[in-house]
Amino acid sequence: MRPLTDEETKTFFEKLSKYEAIMRQATSIGRTNLISLGICFGKFTKSGKFRLHITALPYLAQYATYKIWIKPNGEMSFLYGNNVAKAHVKRATDDTPEHQGVVIYNSNDIPLGFGVTARSTVDTRKLDPSAIVVFHQSDVGEYLRDEDTLF
Amino acid sequence: MGRRAQNKQGVPLPLDQEKRTGKVTEKLNKQLRNNIVKNSKPGKSTRKSLEDKGSSGGSKRKREKETDNSIAITKSRKSSAVLKTKKDLFEDSDLDQGTGGPESGWDNMEMASEDGEDSDISMGSYEGTSDSDEDEDDSKELAARSSDFLFDKDEVNSHSDSSDEDSAEEDSTEEEEEEGEEEEEEFGELGDIEKKSRKLEKLQKLEATLAEEEQRDMIERNEQEEDFFEFTLPTEEDLAREAESPPDLNVVQQRIQDVVHVLNSFSQLRESNRSRSEYMNQLTRDMAFYYGYSEFLLEKLMQLFPVSEAIEFFEANEVPRPVTIRTNTLKTRRRDLAQALINRGVNLDVIGKWSKVGLTIYDSPVPIGATPEYMAGHYMIQAASSFLPVMALSPQPHERVLDMSSAPGGKTTHCAALMRNTGVIFANDANKEREKALVANIHRLGVSNAVVCNYDGREFPKVMGGFDRVLLDAPCSGTGVISKDASVKVNKTEQDFNMLTHLQKELILSAIDSVDANSKTGGYIVYSTCSVTVDEDESVVDYALRKRPNVKLVDTGLDFGREGFSKFRGKAFHPSLSLTRRFFAHTHNMDGFYVAKFKKLSNKITSPSGENGSTEARSTGGEPKPKKSKKKRSD
Repeated sequence: MRPLTDEETKTFFEKLSKYEAIMRQATSIGRTNLISLGICFGKFTKSGKFRLHITALPYLAQYATYKIWIKPNGEMSFLYGNNVAKAHVKRATDDTPEHQGVVIYNSNDIPLGFGVTARSTVDTRKLDPSAIVVFHQSDVGEYLRDEDTLF
Repeated sequence: MGRRAQNKQGVPLPLDQEKRTGKVTEKLNKQLRNNIVKNSKPGKSTRKSLEDKGSSGGSKRKREKETDNSIAITKSRKSSAVLKTKKDLFEDSDLDQGTGGPESGWDNMEMASEDGEDSDISMGSYEGTSDSDEDEDDSKELAARSSDFLFDKDEVNSHSDSSDEDSAEEDSTEEEEEEGEEEEEEFGELGDIEKKSRKLEKLQKLEATLAEEEQRDMIERNEQEEDFFEFTLPTEEDLAREAESPPDLNVVQQRIQDVVHVLNSFSQLRESNRSRSEYMNQLTRDMAFYYGYSEFLLEKLMQLFPVSEAIEFFEANEVPRPVTIRTNTLKTRRRDLAQALINRGVNLDVIGKWSKVGLTIYDSPVPIGATPEYMAGHYMIQAASSFLPVMALSPQPHERVLDMSSAPGGKTTHCAALMRNTGVIFANDANKEREKALVANIHRLGVSNAVVCNYDGREFPKVMGGFDRVLLDAPCSGTGVISKDASVKVNKTEQDFNMLTHLQKELILSAIDSVDANSKTGGYIVYSTCSVTVDEDESVVDYALRKRPNVKLVDTGLDFGREGFSKFRGKAFHPSLSLTRRFFAHTHNMDGFYVAKFKKLSNKITSPSGENGSTEARSTGGEPKPKKSKKKRSD
């Protein structure tokens, strides 16, 4: 993605340290009995990559520099796990480069998920309405769809 | 109009007659048999006893008329006026077919009563087409008969209760008698048809007056209903017979109402030879059948209320409660959420004055559990009653709170919202499967201060203690949420209740032991169940008070709901149990619920008079130490 700014780094680690306090308290809970602690940000894959989960969205949304707002008619489509088509985009941050992680909001400024841009903002203008603008990575619909596997 | 009413009712026959013709329904038959049994008892006049022990509703009236008739028969050979009148009419029309005759009268009775109106019509047509020969015979007979019946009429009148009616009635009949005589004289002169029509008119008039009389009689009777409300408790034989035929819901419902009526003013309406428990047994049986409960559970629930309120309670259990949601104040405000949902076409309202975060959903064009707002964690679908224990607990920011049986997380996330995501919430649940939903909800609602663990709640002071507040929403029979899960009606046995109450008693003790009494802000325990039985509510709390003298009940902070029982069916609980709160579907339009709030006064258990006090003091006395050491470590 991108390096965090100083401010972001500070907040991030403040958050982490807060969890540390909770974590210390949680040490008295047995390993097998501990189900969840604080907020799950994501998981490491077997090949060592890190996957952000939808649960990290509130924190991403708080600090995102690149954002895309979608129209009400595209809202449900995205929440069912589809990519975002150009016709559904209401507004986007200018100068978003290609393959940039973006947070997707609906028209009421509620963060719905995140994804990766397919084209830069400039290129997007030339596309026809049905073309994909953002590749879907994660959306809040997963809370319902993947409740059993998410954590 | 009067006639129509009469026809609806059906003209009653003498008792044995009806049985023979098979006109009586099975139900009526049963009642008749009852009456016969009762009539044989000494010390009561036939009529009185019959009236007292008559059945309810329409059949009652029917039978009373029957009684009148039978009296009339026994007193004079000639039978009641109404019957004869009808018969006359019928025979008139019947003569064409050559079936008419005084001997066949009784056999035709039923038809006559049913076809009263039809016979009028056929009379009309008959007038036009009649042969003179037949007519002569016919009219002679008619004349003779009509004098008969007029005589009867007088006699019947003398039997009738209301004397002021009588005088008017008699006048009219006298007139008619004269007319009848006249008619006989003029028989040859006047045209047959004219005569017949006159006769017919006369009969109609008479019937009208009779109907009127009957109606007046009925009104009077209704007024007197309070004085002699009639209901016969079915005997065992009746019930056995009823069990053979497919059950009739209407009959059962009517009987429930009747028994409730009797029970409400028992001393006046009871049958002298039946005890209250017999009535109660019948009511329990009927209600268990009508509402589909096991008799065990029904009896248990019946004990909670006066009889008529119990019916309301069971009725309310058949109706679903409104869908309610709780705003997640970590992410949004209620006003904004309401606006967002209204924009989606949802019809909603605030839940009530008592909550600042609740909304009631009346109807919605979109599934309320799959809107973008829901998925973004702006609200939680949660029963109104589930707000109550958290409001009673009122966790403060920066506290350490334990939710002992937390899945699926409605109350846990409510706690987190009240704590503004500070401090720590330990969300425990014994069921690992259910914890998945708990974890998902915690994440969805953006609760970052929760630790989810999977222990049996009874292990708790050993795992971790020293909490500022503990919420114990105990596993229960679910008798408060029957509208949600009707399987409770039949699948809970006495054993289940014993098991559950035992578990609840263990849990409440561990909950109390997990709290640190020296907490600056807290030291509170809230015990709640979604059950309404006293076994799972007051008994458990009372048990905890006895076992742990270092806690006391405090006000729940909920300004509505009913006070808990401080005594129940001979059991006396601690008087402070009136501080606990009960909620019912039929009074508060939320699920049945029970909330009790304790304050822990000291960590040391001063041993109660019981012999096991010392062992407990020892076992729990050891606990504050590890608690403290843990605290130090975490700090």
